[in-house]
Amino acid sequence: MELTRLPLLKSALKSRYPQLAVFIVMLVGYIFAILAGLIGTPVGSHNFSIVFVWIGWWAILILVAVPFFGRGWCAVCPIPLPGEWLQRGAILSPPDKKPKWLNLRVPKMFRNIWLQNISFLLLALFSSVLLTTPNITGIILAAMLFTAIGLSMIFERRAFCRYLCPVGGFIGLYSQTAPIELRINDKQVCAKCEGKPCYNGNEKGYGCPWDVFPGGLTKNTYCGLCMECLRTCPHDNIALNLRPFAADLAKPSARMDEAFKAFIMLGSAMIYAGVLLGPWGALKDAAYNVGSGAWFVYAAAFLAIIFVVLPGTFRLMIFPSPIGRGAALSPSKGAGVRAFAALSNSLIPLGLMFWVAFSLSFVLTNASYIFAALSDPLGLGWNLFGTANIAWQPILTSILAPAQTLSLVGGLAWSARTAQRSAQEAHVSSVPVVVYCFIVTAFMLWLLL
Amino acid sequence: MNRPELLARLLIIAGILLAVGAPLYLWSRTPLIHARMAEAGGWTPDVLQAEVGKPLHLKITSDDVVHGFAVGQMDMQSVDILPGKVADITLTFDKPGTYTFYCTRWCGLNHWRMRGTIEVSGSLSDPSTRSGQRPEPGAVPLYVSLRLDLDAPHDAPSIPPNKPSAVNGQQFTDELPITNYQFSDYYRSHSPYQVFTDLSTTPLTESQRWDVVAFLWQSNTTPESLVNGKRLYAQNCAACHGENGGGDGVFADDLTTAGESSMQTMAGAMDMAMQAPTDFTDPRRMLGASPALLQGKILRGGMGTGMPMWGSIFTEEQIWDLVAYLYSFQFEYHP
Repeated sequence: MELTRLPLLKSALKSRYPQLAVFIVMLVGYIFAILAGLIGTPVGSHNFSIVFVWIGWWAILILVAVPFFGRGWCAVCPIPLPGEWLQRGAILSPPDKKPKWLNLRVPKMFRNIWLQNISFLLLALFSSVLLTTPNITGIILAAMLFTAIGLSMIFERRAFCRYLCPVGGFIGLYSQTAPIELRINDKQVCAKCEGKPCYNGNEKGYGCPWDVFPGGLTKNTYCGLCMECLRTCPHDNIALNLRPFAADLAKPSARMDEAFKAFIMLGSAMIYAGVLLGPWGALKDAAYNVGSGAWFVYAAAFLAIIFVVLPGTFRLMIFPSPIGRGAALSPSKGAGVRAFAALSNSLIPLGLMFWVAFSLSFVLTNASYIFAALSDPLGLGWNLFGTANIAWQPILTSILAPAQTLSLVGGLAWSARTAQRSAQEAHVSSVPVVVYCFIVTAFMLWLLL
Repeated sequence: MNRPELLARLLIIAGILLAVGAPLYLWSRTPLIHARMAEAGGWTPDVLQAEVGKPLHLKITSDDVVHGFAVGQMDMQSVDILPGKVADITLTFDKPGTYTFYCTRWCGLNHWRMRGTIEVSGSLSDPSTRSGQRPEPGAVPLYVSLRLDLDAPHDAPSIPPNKPSAVNGQQFTDELPITNYQFSDYYRSHSPYQVFTDLSTTPLTESQRWDVVAFLWQSNTTPESLVNGKRLYAQNCAACHGENGGGDGVFADDLTTAGESSMQTMAGAMDMAMQAPTDFTDPRRMLGASPALLQGKILRGGMGTGMPMWGSIFTEEQIWDLVAYLYSFQFEYHP
């Protein structure tokens, strides 16, 4: 269903003003979160930066935005805005012909999501501290903002969002499951279009900030839903569509950076569940005491699980015999790698549902902190909205276990269905993938319940 | 530059200024006293200024765990300081001097180090309102006037086989010349063992003499004193010395470990056992200690052993109540 057929919605998306209003609110909130982290109470549960970023924002992102709107968050994210405005030298006006800054192209070796994989893992390794320490959160938020500004001065378009943002990588991966997509209506129109203003910009708007040619879009992963192409397309050939969930996974990607992103997210969800929700004090201590010997062991184990155990087991299961593994390497090495990467796409729905199940747990447990932090965001004793003294209380705890179980079992079924299709494309059996998904789901269930 | 662009820029600049300026301004206008575990800095600031008769408004928050706030030698309820929350406290002083404020919650091993001072200037506002606030400086504690060496060994050479009973002791007192022993001055300056020795001229057996000592110790206190002493003990002493006085409080092991590690750097200069909290159930130790000696130890503290000085916190009356309660670990008092 083409949503852009709705005149009101289409004009709202084409106009810059509604988006600008959201941008300003988001930017003000983001800067306030940085400041709250730096000058507010160091008690995370009472600091705006922790409560609104890691509880409020995270809940909206993982439970609503990503599953239903894909990169919907990226469309309103404030992090790239100051850099982008400086890069363009304007906020609303059409761009100058001559670039204001270096405007370099990102080197080819970095035009993938490996840097995003690394940046996510760097934050993940420090997450116990990051998620609980306001000033660390403030510093990281500020670092992301200034890094985005710096990269906008050096490289063209949104280099930070596309290649470095630790959050953007997994949002892109999981946006393939969303029931919403931006696509073109007619390929022939794009093929004949002169100047490709959707990519290069024109007097009505900017060239795709995400370095994507909409005419070639086949999946959501790298489209930031910024709507610039909707504004610049002279042929009204851009459409925002409603579609079935996970439509992009019908034609799985064969990229190793994306394949490993799937393992990183799957493994991180399990490790977080163990560290943050599990009963193991020693594990929590190891994760929290950054720089200690125990932390180095924890970090090594974290990386080993993500880069060796999970993908290694997966590979052994889908190519069980030495002959099969040999075939995966040589002489048809490329085919084997492609099969590995394509089949790992089956883990995307499961990974998303792992994160949903994990997030439900701590969001429902900690959501009540939002009321107190709303009235006293810096922990200075204010009571702006009369909610400062609302005591912490877990909410909807009775539905937590069933909801988590449903998420995980649903994710397993979803991944199994995806595996069937991917295996068919890769000409291998889907059974090992389904068994693999079953094993990790059972493990996650044990961790959460 | 067209108007929409100009307006957008102005809006964004205003938004950024609002996001940065408003919280910074309000933050700078809200001075807080921060409570952190002693290892992380204790109270910040730890020196406050006040004037006699003028209310001192304090906003206190905890940056880590639950702490408590109270001012020593002042008649006030301690206030809990919760993490991330702000407690509003108003104090009014009617006498000048230096007051000690301290943490009243067992926040960590060095909980007792969480202290600060309030320097109150001005002159005595109302000489009649002295009760409940710190005494005049210059009053000499009993242990000083008795010239007691607080660190000298004071173990009792012999101890009773069973816990002496005040009830049993009372039945012998009618026939004995013990009036002198019942004076407060005598009681406070003598250890139970000394009284036990003084009673050796009587025809009582050793066990009976210990029972009489128990009776004398109870007759020098009141049920109210014991209740107050018990409350003070539970709040301030039990963390190290244990709820039942056995030297086995929640911090006892940590204190011993800290003592062992400090020994490694101090080349044996300090007795390692000094770091372990005193066991008040040990009769040899307690029956050899006079109330004045215990008063001195509480007032002065343990001088490097981990035992804090309480002279600036407790009133003299509170210390005697506490001393009276400590002996209840040795004697069976009748209800």
